[in-house]
Parts: sequence; structure tokens; C-alpha cells
Amino acid sequence: MVSTSRPEVTGERAQVALALADDVVARALAAGATEAEALVTAEDAALTRFANSEIHQNVVETNIGVNLRFCVGRRIAVAATGRTDDDGLLALVERAATIAASVEELEDWGGLPGTDGRGTLGGYPAGYAEATASASPEFRAEGARAVIAAADAVGVLAYGSFSTAREGIAVANSAGIRAAQERTSSQLLTVHMSPDGGTGYAEAAATDVTTIDAAALGHEAAAKARATEQAVSLPPGDYPVVLEEYAVVDITDMLGYLGFSALAVQEGRSFVEPGKRIGSELVTVVDDGMDPAGLPMAFDYEGVAKQRVTLVEGGVCRDVVYDAQTAARDGRRSTGHGLPAPNPYGPFPINMLMAAGDTPRDELIAGLDRGLLVTRFHYTNPVHPKLAIVTGMTRDGTFLVEGGKIVGPVRNLRFTQSYLDALARVTAVGRERKTLRGFLGGSVVPALRIDAWTFTGATEH
Amino acid sequence: MRDLTERALDTAAHLGAAYADVRIVRRQEESIAVKSGRLEGVASGESEGFGVRVLVDGAWGFASSHRLDLGEAEHMAGLAARIARASATALRHRVALDDRPPARGSYTTPAEEDPFAIPLERKIGDLLAADRVAGAVEGVTFTESSYGAQREWRTFAATDGSFTEQEITHLGAAVEANAIEGDEHQRRSYPDAGGGWGAGGYEFIRGLDLLGNAGPRAEEAVALLTATQCPAGRTTVILDPSQLYNQVHESCGHPSELDRVFGTEASYAGTSFLTTDKLDEGFRYGSDLVTIVADATSAGGMGTFGWDDEGVAAQAVPLVRDGIFVGYQTSRETAPRIGRGSGGAMRADGWNRIPLIRMTNINLQPVGGMSLDEIVADTDDGLYLSTNRSWSIDDRRLNFQFATEVAYEIKGGRKGRLFKNPTYTGITYEFWRACDAIGDASSYVMLGTPNCGKGEPSQVAHVGHGVSGARFRNVQVGVGKW
Repeated sequence: MVSTSRPEVTGERAQVALALADDVVARALAAGATEAEALVTAEDAALTRFANSEIHQNVVETNIGVNLRFCVGRRIAVAATGRTDDDGLLALVERAATIAASVEELEDWGGLPGTDGRGTLGGYPAGYAEATASASPEFRAEGARAVIAAADAVGVLAYGSFSTAREGIAVANSAGIRAAQERTSSQLLTVHMSPDGGTGYAEAAATDVTTIDAAALGHEAAAKARATEQAVSLPPGDYPVVLEEYAVVDITDMLGYLGFSALAVQEGRSFVEPGKRIGSELVTVVDDGMDPAGLPMAFDYEGVAKQRVTLVEGGVCRDVVYDAQTAARDGRRSTGHGLPAPNPYGPFPINMLMAAGDTPRDELIAGLDRGLLVTRFHYTNPVHPKLAIVTGMTRDGTFLVEGGKIVGPVRNLRFTQSYLDALARVTAVGRERKTLRGFLGGSVVPALRIDAWTFTGATEH
Repeated sequence: MRDLTERALDTAAHLGAAYADVRIVRRQEESIAVKSGRLEGVASGESEGFGVRVLVDGAWGFASSHRLDLGEAEHMAGLAARIARASATALRHRVALDDRPPARGSYTTPAEEDPFAIPLERKIGDLLAADRVAGAVEGVTFTESSYGAQREWRTFAATDGSFTEQEITHLGAAVEANAIEGDEHQRRSYPDAGGGWGAGGYEFIRGLDLLGNAGPRAEEAVALLTATQCPAGRTTVILDPSQLYNQVHESCGHPSELDRVFGTEASYAGTSFLTTDKLDEGFRYGSDLVTIVADATSAGGMGTFGWDDEGVAAQAVPLVRDGIFVGYQTSRETAPRIGRGSGGAMRADGWNRIPLIRMTNINLQPVGGMSLDEIVADTDDGLYLSTNRSWSIDDRRLNFQFATEVAYEIKGGRKGRLFKNPTYTGITYEFWRACDAIGDASSYVMLGTPNCGKGEPSQVAHVGHGVSGARFRNVQVGVGKW
């Protein structure tokens, strides 16, 4: 059983980062700041990339960053540096002080967040795995070779990446916040392509890289690459669909980006109204940075502990996520969703989970009389943000289903579809979920069956 | 700097590297964000570090660090060599690079007024003034305005004796008005939502005239709330430069990157329909009017430099000439595979990223005959589409769909009423073959984007696009259900 307690700060990087954050806050206060906050991130990240079934790019990075929020009354400045020697930190504080002396007051400044009675926030055991932290180039190459071997077995080529990262994050501020944690993350993704035009996709993300089965992902993508050969054209139109998890993560991310943010609501550009029904009763979405099923993090980039926020419950909007400034405007407390300052975009839910249903994958497909099974989306973008109308393409595995059975692959289609309308028409939710890294963060999502999806164009492959 | 580059290169060579290069990059950034007449954030940032790229046993390895000392140079060179050997355990073709003379010299972006030397108060004042003009328009719900500047000092050295130093400065600004009523959210921005960006000094910002354009754009945002929905159907469209540059970016810039053609971006952004057989056969990409060049020497472009990030001198490479596909954006590794030398398109996002083939300035050449206004006057019926709102294109860069902030109806050679939520879609080569007018040099402007994403781990590039506006026939508009 995974412990959810918050231990004291552990991990060398987290401790070093917290000491540096404390030092920077002290320097800022000595330089005249009335409030100060330091965010320190120290990262070792590596990525092994393969294409045409060979490793072609293979990189590592050792990096550190200090982000200082320097406040003089309601005058707010932000300065950042990658130089952590004495000269670098002196220059950092000087630049911040100079900015603070030059700017106008932020009238509704709510102040830096306080401790809320908590002591130092430590890490979170479920957010760290030593195997990921110590993953070597040879380990990643072995994973790439396993994916490639699966491709070789069926005569297709593999294109993908295998990444591992270890990150120490610390936040300290003059209101008493002290928070530090060491996290790890990993991801393996692959597109397999057959000589006859087929493509398939598989992906996994995890805190503990040893839970990623490279060979299994390789076989999943390889089977789909073979199954999508000789795809036929299908006319655009409305079709019922089953969206695999790789496609569903785009829906949760896009809605998180467009609407589940307090700033979006405050500016009137969100579709969210508490109590408003936006989905079928089968749809429940939460943001929970402490759920070990996702990619956990104990606190946000303002050092505020992550709160579980119910975004949609049984299809009904419940709440949105807050950072300190948006919370102050609404007379609430931050929910722990702040991003690094300065942040004109507001808070985002970066640990979303959609509740699983009770429908096995086969039954999701069996429930389609005539429709499409979609593996994933490509290059999606909002056309009308408030209605959550999004356009994008299908990619790496689109199949026609008739009478509940897959009858064959179809060429990729363009859709122009309101993601809100799609949620309202969910008729079944998958029993299994995948942990994936979307464009907002780590997400845990099931597959969905939706009784209408609007395809507006087609392409040649 | 030389002691660090020499230590890294010597170490790499000692460990068996057939080739190695090292880049030291220091980046300085400044940003100002304003919302609804209120200063929302001012930030100043700097970072520095170095990256070592080595070729060992025919395979690549790369390691980078923020610690600029000789011990770390040795450590990173050693780590890069170890990584390259790990790469070699899954290698099918040894990397071979083209020949090029060692690169030596320096380059600095021409600039009249150093944006980092301009007092912060003045820059804030300029932005606030424009934002407040937009916000004063009745019906505007909120405004957002931004300013940003970035300067990089780049030192490049390689085992072939290359050593270059460059100082590159880019900057941009934007003002944006939003009008919201019920479910309708309309936006008009100037020069566009991502900001008008270019290479140069603060004179570039003054040249934008944010103050003079903020009010009219805000009035359009409000007017769009009650405008008619853009009708669906096939019609003639004229793309304003503020949209045309995006069309060039997505449907010509990306598909002509040779690494995509060879599949090395397949796992992320995809591949390209412009396969090498199309180069051999003289594929018709567009109409006879269409000539597109990747030009790293264009004045004011964000893809302008002295050398790319593997030491290849800036040059102009034809991609499409008189409608025929004639060339790719290439690197030292990819170009020999099509029998050519590198076109100098390798660019890295800072010290901690490897160079990839990235757009420089992808320019649609102007065509003599008609200015953009004269093209409008020459059009009986159609839509004039301005300022990108969203973009999407398939993984081989064929099926695209764009939305713009506004469409103006064209009747009898005149721009008339507004349509809201305009979209258009097509297949890349069919669309460019239907181009029957391109603006002349008087309408030509250098635009670009500071947010071009590519690669894993992700990289963001600043790229330029010179365009003058163009007309396309029989285009599908008004996509989707509204």
C-alpha cells in the first residue's frame, strides 16, 4: 500500500534546492523586499530518441533555475537566473529590486500565500522512484531496443522516445512557506510504421520507470501498424466513436486549459458555471496531485499543498482550480495549482483524473453499430474557446466498426467538434485507465464511447 | 570561453569522437504583461550553460550543463561519449556529415536602440498606453498586452577548428482586445495574438505603432459580437500577411524540413508528404506564381544569423521555384543523403538542446503586378481573412484547417461587412496550386513567430516569414457546426 503521508524533506536535490530558496528569500528581504518568494528547480533529465528503428538522438541535461518574486508593497517584480554562485544571486536580487522600483502597483495584489498552519512540506513517496532517478543511457537504450525488436518481429519500423527525469523542487517565501520535494518521471512512446502505410501508437508514463513494459508497448504499436495497412477513405460526417485513452487525454487537457481555471472564470472566458451540466452522468473528472495513479506532486509552484478538486461530478461542473492571486480575488484559499511567476495564464489543473467506468474495452467497441475506433488525435487547437470547439486530426490507428466489430482501417479524418458536446454524449466509460503525459501534465483517463463526433474533412493517408 | 570549448573538444577527441562540437549559450530575457490596463507582471531572466555533441562509433551523444567550468566540460564530454556508445547499440546506419569549411568569425543582429538599455518605465509606459486605448472602447471585456525581448550570446566550436561568436537579439509586442457576451468570445489582436516579433532593436517596437492600432482593433472585437457567422461553402479567399505567414509556416516550412522527410520527427510532430521522389520528379507544389525561399540572410527576420548551430554559413535556399518543389531545409547529416551540401538550417533552443533542422526565414516571394489592395480591388466576390486564431494540420502536412480572428466580405472589389468565427480548410498542394495572385514588393512584410515547437525534449524556435498577401480560388470556408 502506498503511503500518502508527507515526510520531512528528503533527497539531496530537494534539500539543496530548499537551502538555496531560503538563501534567496533572505537576500531579497535584506535588499528591501516587503515580501519575497523563491522557487528553485534542479533537474537531471535524459531522453533517448529512436527513428527508423535506430537511436538517432540521445541527450542529457543538468540544469538549475531560481525564480524570485520580489514585492515592495503592491509592486511586484520577477527575476530568474540559472547562475547560483554568489555573483549570480546578487545580480538576481538587484535586477528584481530594480524592476520593483519601476513598476506600478498591482491594485488587487493578494499577497504571497501563507503556511495555512502547516510546517515544512516534504516530498511524497509515491512521487519518487530511485530506479528512475538512476536510469542510465544503457538502460534507456535497452528499452529502445525492446521496442525496436517488437517492430522487427512484424517487419515494421519504430519511431519514439524514452525519457527519464529527476527533479528537486523547493519553494520558500517570507510568509513562512517552506516546501521541498524530489520527483521522478518517465515516459516511453512509440509510433510504428509499416512499409505498406500502416501506423500504430503506444505510450506509457510513470513515476517508476520499471513499471513501463517497453516490449509490450512495442507489440501494441506494431500490431496496430499492421492492422492499419491499406486504409480506405471514409466520407466526413457524424459518426459514433470509441476514443482510446490516447485521444481522451486531449479532451481533459483541452478543457483544463480552456475552462477549469479560476482565471478563465474570472475573465468570463470559461464554459464553467457551478452546477451547470456539461457531461453525461458517466463523466467525473478531478484534479488530484496526490493520487499515486498519476504523476504526483505534493505542492504547487507557490509552495501550496495540492488539494483534490472535483471539476466535474456526474457530468455537472463543481469547481475550478486556484492559485494564490485568483483565490484572493474570490475570497478563497489557493487549491495548490499555481504556476511559476509571472503567470498571466492563471492556474491550471495539471494532475487530472477521469473516473473509470465499468465497460471493458471489447464492450465499448461492441456497442458501436456503425462508427469509428480512434487511437489518438493530432495537432488539436481550439476554434472557439468558450464553446470548446476544437479541430484536429485522427492519427496512428483509425478503424471502421460495424455491428460491434472492427471491419478495417480508414484514412485519417479531420474533426471540428465541441468537446463539451462530446462529454454530454458519452454513453460508456472504459473500465481500465492509462497514465499518460498530456500537454498540461500527467493524466489518468479511460477510453470513452461517444454517440456522435463530427468529422469535417479527410486526408490522403 | 576558449579554454572551456577546448577542454570539451579535447576530451571528446581523446575518448574516440570522430567529430565533436560545443556550444556555450548565455540568454537574457525580459517580459512585460499587462491586463486590462493593469501591469500584471514584469520579469527578467538569464540562463547560461553549454552542450557537447559528439559522434562516437558512428552514433550521436549529447550532454549539457549549467556549470561553466573546466571540470564540468570534461565531465559532460565524457558523458556525451558514453551516451553515444549507448546509441551505437541500436544503430543501423553510421552518421556521415557533409564537408564544409571551418566556420570562423562573428555576427551581431543589427539594432539601432538596444531594447535592454531602454528604461523599463518607458517600455511599460508604451505598452500600458496602448492597452488602455483598447480597454477604453465600449464593450471590451478585457485586454491583454505583452512585450518581450531576448538576446543570446552564442559561442560555437568544433573539432574541425571552427570557432564563431554571435549575438542575436529578437523582440516583439502585442495588444489584444477581448469582447465576451454569453457564449460568444471574440478577440482582435495587433499585430497578432502571439505578438509581432522580429530581429533588431527597440525601433522595431516603435515601428509597430501599437498605440495607433489598439483602438480600431478593439472596436472590431466588439463589432464581431453581433457580426454574422461566416457562411459555409467554397469561395475565393485573400489571406492578409497576418494569416498568410502562418499558412506558409505550416504548409511549406514544416513539410520541407528534411529530417521530417526521413522520419526522425515521426514520433512527435509527424513526417512530410514532400518525399524525396517528389524532389526528383519536380513535383508541382503550387501555381507558377509561387516561389518560396528559406533565407537566413533576410533583414529583420528571426531566422537570420551568421552561422547555424553546426557552423554552416547563413544562405538562401530555394524550396519552391515557379510552383515547382526544388529543395529542402537541411543539415550536415541529412543533405548528403540527397546529394547536396547543408543548407544551414540547424538551430538549437539554447545550450541544453541539440540543434535540429528548423526554419530560418521561409519567405513567399512577392510578385510584381498588384499590391495587396489592388488584389482586393481585382476580386468580385470572396473573403479577406486576417489574423490567425487557430491552426491545425495533419501529420504529413496535407490537410490543414485555420481559423482567423476576422473575415471581411469582399463584393465588387471592396472590403465590406465582418463575419465572425471564420475558418478555411484544404489540402496543401491543391491550395497552393489555386493561388492566382500574390502581392507585390510594396505589400511585402517580414513577420514570424517566436513559438515554433519541435523535437523531444521540446524545443521552441524563433522563425521569420516574409509575405505580402495572396489570393486563392475555390477554398472551403465555414467548417463545422455553428
